[in-house]
Amino acid sequence: MKGKVEADHGRLVSPRRAAVYWRRLRLQPVALAGTFIFFLFLVIALLGPLIAPYDYAAQDATQRLQSPSLGHWMGTDNFGRDVFSRVLVGARDVFYLGGIGTLLAAVVGTSLGLLAGYVGRLWDEAIMRVLDVLLAFPALLLAMVLLATAGPSDLNLILVIAVLYIPMFARIARSMVLDLRTREFIEAARLRGEKRSYILFREMLPNALPPLLVEASIRFAYSIFLVASLGFLGLGVPPPNPDWGRQVNEARTFFDAAPWMLLFPAAAISLLVIGTSLMADGLRHVFGPPVARGSR
Amino acid sequence: MAAVPGHVTTPGRMGGPGQLVAPTFKTERLSVVYLTEQGPLRAVRGVSLSVAAGETMGVVGESGSGKTTLALGAIGYLPANGRVESGTSRLAGVDLAGRPRRELRHVWGSKVGLVSQNPQAALNPTLTIGRQMDEMGRRHLSLGRRAAREASLAMLERVAMPDPQAVASRYPHQLSGGMLQRCALAMALLTHPAVLILDEPTTGLDVTSQATILDLLDDLKAQFHTAILYITHNLGVVARVCDRIAVMYAGEISEEATAPDLFAQPLHPYTANLLRCVPRLGGQGTQERLATIPGSLPQMGDLPSGCVFAPRCPLAVEDCRAARPPLVEANAGRKTACLRWQILRSEEGRQTALQLDLRAAAPLTLSAVPRAPAGPPRVRDGSSSPPGTLVAMPQDLLTVEDAAKECPGPRPRSTVKAVDGTTLSVGAQQTFGLVGESGSGKTTLARIVAGLTRPTRGHVHLEGTPLGPSVSGRDPSVLRRLQMVFQSPETSLNPRQTAGQAVMRPLVLLAGLERREAGQRARELLEAVRLPASYFDRYPGELSGGEKQRVAIARAFAAGPDLVICDEPVSSLDVSVQGALMNLIGDLQDGAGTSYLFISHDLAAVQHLSHFIGVMYLGALMEMGDAARVLASPYHPYTEALLSAVPVPDPTSRDHRMRLRGSPPSSAETPSGCRFHPRCPRFQGDLCRDQAPPWRLSDGGVIARDAATPATADAAAAAAEHAICCHIPLHDLAALQEAGRR
Ligand code: SF4
Ligand code: SF4
Repeated sequence: MKGKVEADHGRLVSPRRAAVYWRRLRLQPVALAGTFIFFLFLVIALLGPLIAPYDYAAQDATQRLQSPSLGHWMGTDNFGRDVFSRVLVGARDVFYLGGIGTLLAAVVGTSLGLLAGYVGRLWDEAIMRVLDVLLAFPALLLAMVLLATAGPSDLNLILVIAVLYIPMFARIARSMVLDLRTREFIEAARLRGEKRSYILFREMLPNALPPLLVEASIRFAYSIFLVASLGFLGLGVPPPNPDWGRQVNEARTFFDAAPWMLLFPAAAISLLVIGTSLMADGLRHVFGPPVARGSR
Repeated sequence: MAAVPGHVTTPGRMGGPGQLVAPTFKTERLSVVYLTEQGPLRAVRGVSLSVAAGETMGVVGESGSGKTTLALGAIGYLPANGRVESGTSRLAGVDLAGRPRRELRHVWGSKVGLVSQNPQAALNPTLTIGRQMDEMGRRHLSLGRRAAREASLAMLERVAMPDPQAVASRYPHQLSGGMLQRCALAMALLTHPAVLILDEPTTGLDVTSQATILDLLDDLKAQFHTAILYITHNLGVVARVCDRIAVMYAGEISEEATAPDLFAQPLHPYTANLLRCVPRLGGQGTQERLATIPGSLPQMGDLPSGCVFAPRCPLAVEDCRAARPPLVEANAGRKTACLRWQILRSEEGRQTALQLDLRAAAPLTLSAVPRAPAGPPRVRDGSSSPPGTLVAMPQDLLTVEDAAKECPGPRPRSTVKAVDGTTLSVGAQQTFGLVGESGSGKTTLARIVAGLTRPTRGHVHLEGTPLGPSVSGRDPSVLRRLQMVFQSPETSLNPRQTAGQAVMRPLVLLAGLERREAGQRARELLEAVRLPASYFDRYPGELSGGEKQRVAIARAFAAGPDLVICDEPVSSLDVSVQGALMNLIGDLQDGAGTSYLFISHDLAAVQHLSHFIGVMYLGALMEMGDAARVLASPYHPYTEALLSAVPVPDPTSRDHRMRLRGSPPSSAETPSGCRFHPRCPRFQGDLCRDQAPPWRLSDGGVIARDAATPATADAAAAAAEHAICCHIPLHDLAALQEAGRR
């Protein structure tokens, strides 16, 4: 109904796409806040060691379990290390592991999904069934089993994140292909004798990007949580790198004496996860309907 | 208790159209605004309109004119971002404007009947038709379960449903579009509404179904004394069903008059031009240029300060641009919003308002486009004579021999014969028009030729060289010679590629140009399809439907094809734009010497462009030949029915009505004998039912439909002129049709 009436307007001036996106984002204060939080953490991750007031690993026996003060904004831990510095530097691993993992999942998953959707038949069956099996396991459990087998390391963590999220990207890419493949511009491409790879990556992929970007930001939020959970369980980044999850775990024993040890890294996790999720939600609206606006 | 509330007879019933009867439905200075990202959009501005009981008011306009918004705004039924900004609207004495939705809902249920273009969307797919109608009766008429069902059945009967009981127990998806639309009508009429709003009710239907719905409306108008607001873009339809007509342009009413007055003497330049744009069957000879209205609809966000039509109006003067001309009473019962309407009263005045330059603006040269190299020498294998009936001429550019496509049917192990053994040929620089309703297989046939659909049987040859069954197996040199323009401007361009990119790609890929050179040629091509150079960097989202279709045409012509398949290229566009595109398609043929396979359900469009016409029904050709001869008597009975179903934009025309029996068939079961026999108005009994009719040629010759022998050269020549597939001999057909017309 709504589409119909809007179609009755005839043509609207549509300025450049980026300008449209920006205007739509500006209209959503919550999403805007989420985006701000995300980029704030991104800057922290990039600059972490440079802006941290102390060396994140420097122990100072005289300054153990200090409560937050001007000298130590977030207090110190049981080794006398500055919690603020550790939280700042910890962001780097989150972005590094979660980001690369998600990116890898997006690239591999999207390619598999495009292939499955366009080639169809046996390929489709084979790829999607294998991915269904992956999806059937609870994510954390699967990650724990894989990491326990392979041993925790940066590379393994990234691979685990990628394996876990490949199915989601594949599904989205595949459904986009199924939607797009009967569009007339794809048939026009076939009539020109375009290669399959051109049709997939040049004609279809750009149209599938918005939902994939939304998915990527959602998955990134999940991956932060996953990295933190694994760190908490002792399967995260090996020490001495400050890992938010492990910080929370270590802080548990000192919770009564030094709650700040737990609160600040936990807050960082929550803030980044929530911020990223809000951003993802906003992006969904920003990009609007997946393919052409105005198409029914 | 009486199951059906009796007729409400209101005084003034004999009052005639719009005369002295208190209007049932009336809007006054109604303005509707949509809040969009681009800011508020005043889609309807200060529209006053009234419809009396028993009267049919037509609201015509092209897309973007605000006609639907007007109707929905008047009853307060707007999408979330729309609201009535000012003005009033009254229905049967009740004020509707500004009421909360909750109260309105009751009014809608009991006083408003709404039938929209897409009945599929309006009906609940999970409930039977009967259940949905009963629900209406119980809620809005407070009927009991029994009485509600009786009322439903009675109403289905009144909309001429053949078997109401059976229809009531069906689900929406089990009915054809025409049937569904009748159910929607029955449902809308169930509560005996004060006003019936019909929003493009026949736009999605085939002409033959449309004709039966319009006939039905005639009957219902006499039976129910409701006010009808009929919204459509189709001037033929309004001429056929409406008493009074309001023409809308850019959110305002430009002219209002009784139907005969409007068509006889339009008093607004827009109306005058619009009427000229409609391609008429038979009227102008074939191959003539069509009238168009230059320019485009003003953008709602940026309206001209004076008359909204001024930028496109040939009569515009300084005064027009100063202030918005009011809708003034011109003669009794007719209003116009043109300052200079007086001019239009004389014939010479009218001519000055018709700015239409019917000559080509400038000869189109496509010299910039590299032509495909001459094809390989034409090889004709003497032994391979076409197994079909009509002869594929070896000297023709494209020949299709006995093409067939069967797909798995709805039931297990059933097959649908989408195309069932079709043979045709297209000569160099000729246009072959393929006409048929939905389900006739015309699009499938086009896709077989293009290689997008793999035929189950048959061959396609291009200058005697066989083409592979699928594009992926065709040689690039062949791909280059055969291109296609698709139906929907919305999906035929990639939304993420600019117009320039879209046109450049075939130049790079098929013509082998360097990028820079391709860019240059692409600009020239855009110019050739009459788009400004600045459009090179525009995305499809920034183009109107007609502009998108122009880009698609430029893309198809980029590599210099010999044959372009046009699958309903103008069907989804407005009349004023359609004409311009059809002219362009014609000009390109003159300039580039391309052949077309032009597919359409619109006989008038096909007539204008085609040298040859083939009429398809249920996957097979029924009649084919020279365009002028196909559209003149003797016709095939199906062609005759198609022609008589097209509504003529002339309220005074006494069309001889020939309607098809039954509902449009599905190709799941091809009828025995003549496949048209279940619906044929000239059905000849057992002969038609049992035996496939032969082709009857213009020279009196006859070829069996499934003859395996090659036809003689004489027969071939005669077949190329005109052939009809029917048991009735041609002269008898001509006599019958002559008798029918008198
Ligand atoms: S008012 Fe002027 S510009 Fe408007 S339609 Fe009449 S003559 Fe044309
Ligand atoms: S063969 Fe018979 S049924 Fe078929 S079109 Fe002719 S008259 Fe009608």
